[in-house]
Amino acid sequence: MIEIRFHGRGGQGAVTAANILASAAFLEGKYVQAFPFFGVERRGAPVTAFTRIDEKPIRIKTQIYEPDVVVVLDPSLLDTVDVTTGLKDGGIVIINTEKSKEEVLEKLKKKPAKLALVDATTIALEVLGLPITNTAILGAVAKATGVVTLEHVQKAIQEVFSGALGEKNAKTAAEAFKKTVTYEL
Amino acid sequence: MEYKPIKKVISGNYAAAYAARDARVEVVAAYPITPQTSIIEKISEFLANGEVENLQYVPVESEHSAMAACIGASAAGARAFTATSAQGLALMHEMLHWASGARLPVVMVNVNRAMAPPWSVWDDQTDSLAQRDTGWMQFYAENNQEVYDGVIMAFKVAETVNLPAMIVESAFILSHTYDIVEMIPQELVDEFLPPRKPLYTLTDFDNPIAVGALGTPADYYEFRYKIEKSMEEAREVIHKVGKEFGERFGRDYSQMIELYRTEDADFVFMGLGSLMGTVKQAVDVLRSEGYKVGAAKVRWFRPFPKEELYELAKNVEGIAVLDRNFSFGQEGILFNEAKGVLYNTDAHPLIKNYIVGLGGRDFTVSDVKKIAENMKGIIEAKKLDREVEWYHLKR
Repeated sequence: MIEIRFHGRGGQGAVTAANILASAAFLEGKYVQAFPFFGVERRGAPVTAFTRIDEKPIRIKTQIYEPDVVVVLDPSLLDTVDVTTGLKDGGIVIINTEKSKEEVLEKLKKKPAKLALVDATTIALEVLGLPITNTAILGAVAKATGVVTLEHVQKAIQEVFSGALGEKNAKTAAEAFKKTVTYEL
Repeated sequence: MEYKPIKKVISGNYAAAYAARDARVEVVAAYPITPQTSIIEKISEFLANGEVENLQYVPVESEHSAMAACIGASAAGARAFTATSAQGLALMHEMLHWASGARLPVVMVNVNRAMAPPWSVWDDQTDSLAQRDTGWMQFYAENNQEVYDGVIMAFKVAETVNLPAMIVESAFILSHTYDIVEMIPQELVDEFLPPRKPLYTLTDFDNPIAVGALGTPADYYEFRYKIEKSMEEAREVIHKVGKEFGERFGRDYSQMIELYRTEDADFVFMGLGSLMGTVKQAVDVLRSEGYKVGAAKVRWFRPFPKEELYELAKNVEGIAVLDRNFSFGQEGILFNEAKGVLYNTDAHPLIKNYIVGLGGRDFTVSDVKKIAENMKGIIEAKKLDREVEWYHLKR
């Protein structure tokens, strides 16, 4: 089982990202589960959301404490939230940031085995015209983890957002996939 | 027609809404409350998009009115549905008695949520279990699939025995968690659940009836007895409907208690709803570590599965009852029921109550393992260390 934790701010679509990732993995024939942190979210406040992906049915109904993958949608969270809490050894961290690998590593309490960086905000502004980074970051998740293909991410995005909006968001994911840089550490 | 499920990744609340749609409900009356609201939003969406035929949606000013509207609709012969949570369910309390007393097969989804104060929107079973004596049947879902299946089966059972039924799911843990659900093609739901055929309706003017009449001491007593007879009959109906569901759609619900790896078990964990998914996972882990344990998931709390519990209790040395609920001044509600059932039998395993997860406190595999360790000691000592344990209590 692969457990993924998303960190975002209320309104950025972290919960939607977790759901779309689950749908993409479902399209690959996997068993999935996605859920928000069971809290009372407010726009702008730090939020978390989770996705589980497995080869067999998922019965467990608890929160995720030791993720394999951490995804950060908002760069400012690195200053206020310990995003690597509980990250497994050998884990992957994916961050929306314009900063360098060195600058980011300085802010992480635990060094991941793999780090993936993408400037999702700029991509989202260019393609969508909005600083909503959830679909962009999913392109980075596909590239950094290989858990799902970009095609399935795009298909799952278009199930949630229909028409032109879906196409734009699918394009955003593709752009981010292309521009994500990964580092083995 | 061959059964080819429609698989979708949806939340427990959407599973409830799709099931209500597929059951072809005719009247929905509801009032919003977290975490139920997305059930009713989804049904409103079906209506707005023209995805449902012959559905009347009644916006109301409270849950009390929501149930009142469902009662009126059901008395007029319609298939009526609503959904609520916690304070909303409590506000309906009076009307719950009305639905069962008038013998109306209303189906409701209650999303388990802790009662305030202090305010909480998280999972806790006390809201629905506190409606124990209202004459409603109660089914607890472990996952989103069981929410969907439960709603469809509930209509069939309710309309057979003329009693209302409540399908219960967990706040957030199911209501807002996305999971794969196999939905049944409409034609096959229609075959399984044909249109309701009420015995009497308010709208059959050739055969007028009185609803809400006076029950004097000469008659009231027998009315109560008849409700109980129907509850008893419901056990058999649940078995048949659950079996038929399994034969048609591959998921068998014939047993009111689902047993998991209990054959040779020294002791079992017993509980309701979503926490039993985590318990099953923990049972696998514990089995691999040499523990002889199993899980007993109580699907139907009303009518209570007395026979199944007795059969289980005969063959185990201990039962750990996990209650995500509490009856103040006594103990966990499922524990209380289980002890009551076993008292007049020859099955007396060591039975201990663990109060877990109130107000959404997370209940994990490692919690189940700690409880297993405690139960193992109890069985070795052949006596309880205490009867009720507030498991998570901060010390």
